[in-house]
Amino acid sequence: MAKNDLIGGALWEAYSKKVAARMDNPKNRGELTEADAKKLGGKLVIADHGAESCGDAVRLYWVVDAKTNVIKAARFKSFGCGTAIASSDMMSDLCVGKTVDEAAKITNIDVEKALRDTPETPAVPPQKMHCSVMAYDVIKKAVAQYKGVDLSALETETIVCECGRVSLGTIVDAIRLNDLKTVEDITHYTKAGGFCKSCIAPGGHEKRQHYLVDILRDTRAAMEKEKLHAGMETQEFSSMTLVRKLKAVEKILNEDLRPMLAADGGDVELVDLKESAGVVEIHVQYRGACMGCPSAGTNTLSAIETVLGQKLGVKIKVVAV
Amino acid sequence: MDRIYLDNNATTIVDPLVKQAMEPYWCERYGNPNSLHTFGTEVHPDLRIAMNRLYRGLNAQEGDDILITSCATESNNTVLKGIYFDLIKKGKKNHIVTTTVEHPCVANSCKFLESQGVKVTYLPVNADARVEADAVRHAITDKTALVSVMWANNETGVIFPIKEIAEVCKAKGVLFHTDAVQAIGKVRVDLQDVPADFLSLSGHKFHGPKGVGALFVRKGLKLPPLLHGGEQMSGKRAGTLNVAGIVGMGLAMELASDNLGYENKEVRRLRDKLEDGLLKIKDVLVISRRELRVPNTVFISVRGVEGEALLWDLNKSGIAASTGSACASESLEANPVIKAIGLGSELSHTGIRLSLSRFTTEEEIDFAIKTFTEAAGRLRSISSTY
Repeated sequence: MAKNDLIGGALWEAYSKKVAARMDNPKNRGELTEADAKKLGGKLVIADHGAESCGDAVRLYWVVDAKTNVIKAARFKSFGCGTAIASSDMMSDLCVGKTVDEAAKITNIDVEKALRDTPETPAVPPQKMHCSVMAYDVIKKAVAQYKGVDLSALETETIVCECGRVSLGTIVDAIRLNDLKTVEDITHYTKAGGFCKSCIAPGGHEKRQHYLVDILRDTRAAMEKEKLHAGMETQEFSSMTLVRKLKAVEKILNEDLRPMLAADGGDVELVDLKESAGVVEIHVQYRGACMGCPSAGTNTLSAIETVLGQKLGVKIKVVAV
Repeated sequence: MDRIYLDNNATTIVDPLVKQAMEPYWCERYGNPNSLHTFGTEVHPDLRIAMNRLYRGLNAQEGDDILITSCATESNNTVLKGIYFDLIKKGKKNHIVTTTVEHPCVANSCKFLESQGVKVTYLPVNADARVEADAVRHAITDKTALVSVMWANNETGVIFPIKEIAEVCKAKGVLFHTDAVQAIGKVRVDLQDVPADFLSLSGHKFHGPKGVGALFVRKGLKLPPLLHGGEQMSGKRAGTLNVAGIVGMGLAMELASDNLGYENKEVRRLRDKLEDGLLKIKDVLVISRRELRVPNTVFISVRGVEGEALLWDLNKSGIAASTGSACASESLEANPVIKAIGLGSELSHTGIRLSLSRFTTEEEIDFAIKTFTEAAGRLRSISSTY
């Protein structure tokens, strides 16, 4: 891709002929009125999505046959760039003849595919996939309005990448199954983040609820934790050598306890480990703000005891020395 | 009507006289001026004429340097990074003052310097889209190494009070750099009148060739070179001299100076005619007052019409313009200059910039008004927000 990316300015060259033609002459542009609905013997639905300040706004008009739920006519109006207008025009075409439930299944990817000149060449450059998302969103709104239901009732899964319609579940699965380590890997495996790039990290074109950087970090952290537990579970604490026992305790101190103490400027040091009558006695020394803290001998001590006990699966007694 | 070019703040047509002047240096007088033989030395008189033209155009003095660079981006980088290596890294200063509306080559250089620990103050613009000299005065501290403010803004055409700002910096003993790319050929740039220390310019913005620019460095000041290499430009900017480019830019500078009167009378008249024509469209907004702008630029926002869509329609009719709309950028990021002006976020999606030159004709302007009005009408008939 490097060679083709170096000159730049190829935005319009990447539009399909169909996109250009619909931009120049969107045949479904305009409004449908109550009079139109009456003439066609259906119910008028008007749905709005977006705002001028966001850069995209679209209004969708439907006349729906109340008996069969079939969309008899569709029109649109749009504030947006060429691809937004072309997508809205194609989206209107795709709606007509479908039932409302069928229309609810039209995605921005269906719209983009219908705008392609040849099946294998995308109709718009990756960052412009974003513009077709509006078409998808406004259909959902029209469906919700026609059915008189809340929009959220129609949402079945959490979508992270709107442009590529990639769900949170798909992304987490891809990270886990393929042991993905970078956002580029995620884009490579799932296409998420490969379009308008808003979902990669905060600060992009659009504010998002989930970002790939966070999903990657959280999923990796969860995977590491599971790995650790898996490693520990393979061997009972009581059958470990002393060195491994100390290491296991250190690990829990590092991962689960020290961050908590550090938040208050404190720390704890492992001094010794003794076992008698099935009780593991762990000797610690407080450091930093923990020294002389009134709760260090009570609440903090019992918190350390509880966490160690749960993680190691043995009875623990913590002694501050 | 043939194609109409109203994007002269992006680049300009090479003046046919300039093209003609550059002709001999490709296949006849192609010597390297640093060679000792006659192929090299025979171009020296032509280069001296070109340098004289550049010095005259800026009213620079013998002791000043006008370094030839590859573009204004290089000139601006040379100043900002030179100041970093010379003043900031040596620990004396750690602060740069600039504006929120600089060209990316200044803005992104500053961002890079921030990553190296430099503190940067980005001054906002006022309701006229102008940076105020007082704001510069207040931003300067005893740690300030450099103030960098453009002479005129590329998107809005607004001219900044450069003389005043340069004098503020001089009084405070702080170095002052100005990116004058959009000023050359549009306003008088006189470095005896304006005490700037560094000034950047680019040949292709005033009917010279692409790939050649210049950096003025006031007498007595030194910058470490950005490009190290041979002894060209006294070692201050290495690289084989772009002979054809220097000759072309030199003549372009002379022609720009000669045409300054025409620019401020005729080009301004045509721009005003265009602006008046477009203001007849309902619900449009022009950024800043025309007396505050360079004579060739108008930035207009048409309510309910997205910028890229309007650009598309204009292009369809053969008119080249520019938009700061987020939708038209590769990154989908709204143009930071338009964002900084802060006249409402709608503007970051609806603005169109039209920029004329001395080659723009009356017929072209008449056609542009008619075409623009029709395009705005068509897109408003589709618009869901108008």
